Amino acid sequence: MKSVFLIRSCKRTRQYFSALVLLFCCFSAPIKAQSALEIVLQHFAGNQALRLDSGSYTNELGQHFTVTKFKYYLSNFHLKSVDGKEYNSKEVFLINEEEASTKKIFLPDVPAGNYSSLSFTLGVDSILNCSGIQSGALDPVNGMFWTWNTGYIFLKLEGKSPASKSPANMYEFHVGGYKSPANCIRRITLPLDQKSVKEPLRQIVLRADVLELFKSPEKVDLSVLSSVTDFHNAEMMADNYSDMFSVLEIH
Amino acid sequence: MARHLIVFFFLIIFTVLFAGFIQDNPYFEIHPEDVELKIPKGFPEPLYDLKNNKITVAGFTLGRKLFYDPILSKDYFTSCASCHQRFAAFAHIDHALSHGMLGQIGKRNVPALQNLIWKDAFMADGGINHLDLQPLAPLTSPIEMGESLDTVLMKLQKDSIYPGLFKKAFGTTDITSERLLKSLSQFLALMVSSNSRFDKYLEGKETFSDQETRGLNLFRTKCENCHKEPLFTDNSYRNIGLKPDSALKDSGRAAITGKAEDYMRFKVPSLRNVERTYPYMHDGRFRNLNEVMKHYAEGKFYTDNFDQSIQRAVGLTEQEQSDLIAFLKTLTDNTFLMDRRFADPSMR
Repeated sequence: MKSVFLIRSCKRTRQYFSALVLLFCCFSAPIKAQSALEIVLQHFAGNQALRLDSGSYTNELGQHFTVTKFKYYLSNFHLKSVDGKEYNSKEVFLINEEEASTKKIFLPDVPAGNYSSLSFTLGVDSILNCSGIQSGALDPVNGMFWTWNTGYIFLKLEGKSPASKSPANMYEFHVGGYKSPANCIRRITLPLDQKSVKEPLRQIVLRADVLELFKSPEKVDLSVLSSVTDFHNAEMMADNYSDMFSVLEIH
Repeated sequence: MARHLIVFFFLIIFTVLFAGFIQDNPYFEIHPEDVELKIPKGFPEPLYDLKNNKITVAGFTLGRKLFYDPILSKDYFTSCASCHQRFAAFAHIDHALSHGMLGQIGKRNVPALQNLIWKDAFMADGGINHLDLQPLAPLTSPIEMGESLDTVLMKLQKDSIYPGLFKKAFGTTDITSERLLKSLSQFLALMVSSNSRFDKYLEGKETFSDQETRGLNLFRTKCENCHKEPLFTDNSYRNIGLKPDSALKDSGRAAITGKAEDYMRFKVPSLRNVERTYPYMHDGRFRNLNEVMKHYAEGKFYTDNFDQSIQRAVGLTEQEQSDLIAFLKTLTDNTFLMDRRFADPSMR
């Protein structure tokens, strides 16, 4: 405690200390990279692996549909260990079924530990919805942004269904919104089976099931609802996607 | 043949010399002192955080070029300035509804661009929450500039001039949405109107006629509730009892919030330079200020949720109406309207 106080009180010491930390960081970078936790996302439609365009699936009401686009934002990853250790990441990731590389997320510098739960946000925090133009995953060029009513689209699911009454039998679910009348930010917490956790944690494989979007709590009837592009029905869809994820494997 | 070659050669020389002359035209040159933001006396702290987007000579110059360049639109004919005209405080003078590419007509009146860094939201319905994001709306709207963001970036990247200008402004030739929009914001942020006759009157540098003084006093009792000095708006959304337009079906703020009480509420516009921004209202239904005055004075208000404070203006006499108009004309800011920094740099 005393030494911490001394460091804080003396400017020059603090500078030396920062320099040391910097030096240490430079040398320890490769070691830290090894402690990155990889989160792999596997997309399913029920018990079938999701195949864009070619796969055909059936919702709860027996309506057939295909999927042409599946994209969503994950952010604010949080890990909690049995002994109370916590890990937080503020980073935002855009997962896109079309690009395999986006289905692997790396969380850097995850300390070794017996983690009991993983939580994350499906969506983008309200503050990031109000911060003006941003780059990387949040660049509007990614097509996950509404230009007339500012806000990120958190999840896009598009495809075709013979049940849909939209032009060309399309259905389009663009779900987002960070404020009233539709707050679609959902926090998802998944338990991690401790017994299977090896130290340090290397990889968590998550399963995301598009059928869940049609299922609960509300059943989606594609002949009635084939387009969600603003706040109408958005919260219902968000409640549906909040139970879309489960843990498949832990390594 | 040789003579032709010589003529051709001289033509090239002249073109190059002339181009050089244009580039050096001092009227269009931006100097470091031109990009200093001075907060006018009596104005509040800006809401736009310039720490995240420091205005530079190169950034401002790039933003200005983009603002006036139709390359941003799908048809290569529509620029931001097509609808935002400098002499009209960047509104579209004498056009009720905005004009888009390929002769399309929009559904709202073009708003003036001024004092934007004091606005908490943009558009008549307040749907856009940040100045940086505002240009994306007209850019991507199929009835305005009709272009997609990635195509715009690609067009600029392939252009012979733009990569160099982006390098000057941001250090490398990469053209990203962030750089595109931040340079536009740099240009827009400096559009400050604070030098009207009214402002000079407040400083004691200008005198008002009797009529203008009467107008000012009337304004402060009848209109100030919503059109608050010094910005002449309180940034709120109000329904002023306009008759709903059955063709446009514009529900205003309600389209953003989904709330019934926001039906036909629109953002209170600033009245600075109002003399130049005709026609008026979100759909340009009133051709001149006389018609605006008549709307308030007659007190024929439609829709149930109109703002009660507008009742104050009911019964304004004709004399009072013209007094108010005389005052409103003192809000015309010729320094801003003639500011060379905002002139079209491609006009030679």
